[in-house]
Amino acid sequence: MKVLVCVKRVPDTGGGFKLTPDGMRVDTTNVGFAVSPHEECAVEEAIRIIEKHGGSSTVLTLGPPAAGEQLREAIAKGITGAILVEAEDYESWDPAATAQAIAETVKPLGFDLLLFGNESADTCNYQVGVRVAHLLELPCVTGIKALEIQNGKAIAKRETKDGWEVYEVTLPAVFTVKEGINTPRHPSLRGIMSAKKVPIEQKRVTKPAPQLVRKALKKPQEGRQLEILGQGPEAVPKIVEKLRELGAI
Amino acid sequence: MILAILETAKQAISEASWETITAACDLAQKTNDSVTALLIGREVRALAPTLSGVSTVLVAEDPQLDSYIPEAFAKIVSEVIKQKSPQIVLAPGTETGNDLMARVAARLGLGLATNCTEFHLTRSGEGQGEVRVTRSNWGGSLLEEVEILSKPILLTLQPHAIPAHAAAGPEPAIEALSPTLTAKEFRVRVKELLRSEKKGISLTEAKIVIGGGRGLGSAEAFKMLEELASLLGNAAVGATRVATNNNWRPHSDQIGQTGAQIAPDLYIACGISGAIQHMVGCKNSKKILAINKDAEAPIFQRADYGVIGDLHQIVPALIAELKRVKGA
Repeated sequence: MKVLVCVKRVPDTGGGFKLTPDGMRVDTTNVGFAVSPHEECAVEEAIRIIEKHGGSSTVLTLGPPAAGEQLREAIAKGITGAILVEAEDYESWDPAATAQAIAETVKPLGFDLLLFGNESADTCNYQVGVRVAHLLELPCVTGIKALEIQNGKAIAKRETKDGWEVYEVTLPAVFTVKEGINTPRHPSLRGIMSAKKVPIEQKRVTKPAPQLVRKALKKPQEGRQLEILGQGPEAVPKIVEKLRELGAI
Repeated sequence: MILAILETAKQAISEASWETITAACDLAQKTNDSVTALLIGREVRALAPTLSGVSTVLVAEDPQLDSYIPEAFAKIVSEVIKQKSPQIVLAPGTETGNDLMARVAARLGLGLATNCTEFHLTRSGEGQGEVRVTRSNWGGSLLEEVEILSKPILLTLQPHAIPAHAAAGPEPAIEALSPTLTAKEFRVRVKELLRSEKKGISLTEAKIVIGGGRGLGSAEAFKMLEELASLLGNAAVGATRVATNNNWRPHSDQIGQTGAQIAPDLYIACGISGAIQHMVGCKNSKKILAINKDAEAPIFQRADYGVIGDLHQIVPALIAELKRVKGA
């Protein structure tokens, strides 16, 4: 079984955003990076599938050399190989361009299972996995929260308002994963140390012409006025009064 | 022509689809164009006459289309686009709508702007007019203005961004399509539906939600939030990503960008710092009351009421007081 999992390096934003002076990007000075939450779960799922069924797992990202950090983190958790599709300007790659580069890179490698996040945390385009599946002519189920491999088939579940939709797809296939499919592990210290030695395969592709071009980023209006009700347990009578005022009791 | 792709659920047009019609009609008015709607399903024709404001409804019916079948729907939409050459195609930015339009965009080799909140068209037609849209980034924490270079313009509409309003107008013309579908389009389809038992009030329906974050410190500590919830009547308990990743609560309790998006009358955030990924999940709450020991926590910039202090002292004291008040 050969499993591929694709991730995207995104700023680890915490409590708020600062935008760059030109308003084009999130200011990442003094900000760490992570992979999007859905993808963290896709990485975990890839590791679990290989632990259960044997084979190899590869993590891929399209990004700057610094994204090696995210690839090594996945290796530290248990992924066995890594590919960096080098794109210093990856933030200006639209979903179609990203998908084309990924499809081109992975096509000769013959993966049985290709996992993506349902959407990236930053640009939320909801497309790269679907587009890669189309380019490779593979079936694709999006937004899955359960996955099982049985006799060359994948049984995937998608959560709905009333329950679960069950899909059965013949491999090779593409799935986009949602957080909740599993609880991602933390890398072990040993894993972190040995991940440093695993080589990262570097690939270069020509950037396809963009169809979407970012013109600006902006913050939406937020309109709340904070009223401090008090400090510590002494604030309780004030809280109760407020709850009553709001009709909560 | 502006083509509006509609979703149906339980023999009705979905709320997000009504919003899509409203947005399509607004766009048509601005560009002096007309709206054609597309309905796909097993028996959807009966819904067509209700779509006033739309000039034509295309109906693609097939007995096999008893649920959303991704590749079959994508083939139908792609063929309609090729035949009818719309300037703009707009679909709901729901999970299904985004899945469908991503497949359509891939088939046609076009760009797609998902979850748009605003449209800025300098002119319609095949001229050099620039098309810009505002779309949601970071689950709505940021807005991105994007220029779309490929044509026709493919868009999905962020749910709740534009309230649906009834458009007046004569009953639309109805045109039946006869889709040709092959086995290939059915390789991805629902094999089985599993119903899940609902327990308690759901996060998205509750009038009051109590959320717990890193400050709770353990699964055990959530018991006091449960107790507080029961004292407040129909309240539900939710959690942040830190809490669900630590297995203090199941992922289904997560509020945030990758969890539930809630809109209660009151959200009580306990021990929650206010990471943006959490706040996009609760920003539609009418009122937010935050309890946090760190006066500098970002949650206080996004709350209506704040209590500074240790929730492990405040919540038990609040529970005791509510019991006293209720007993009285």
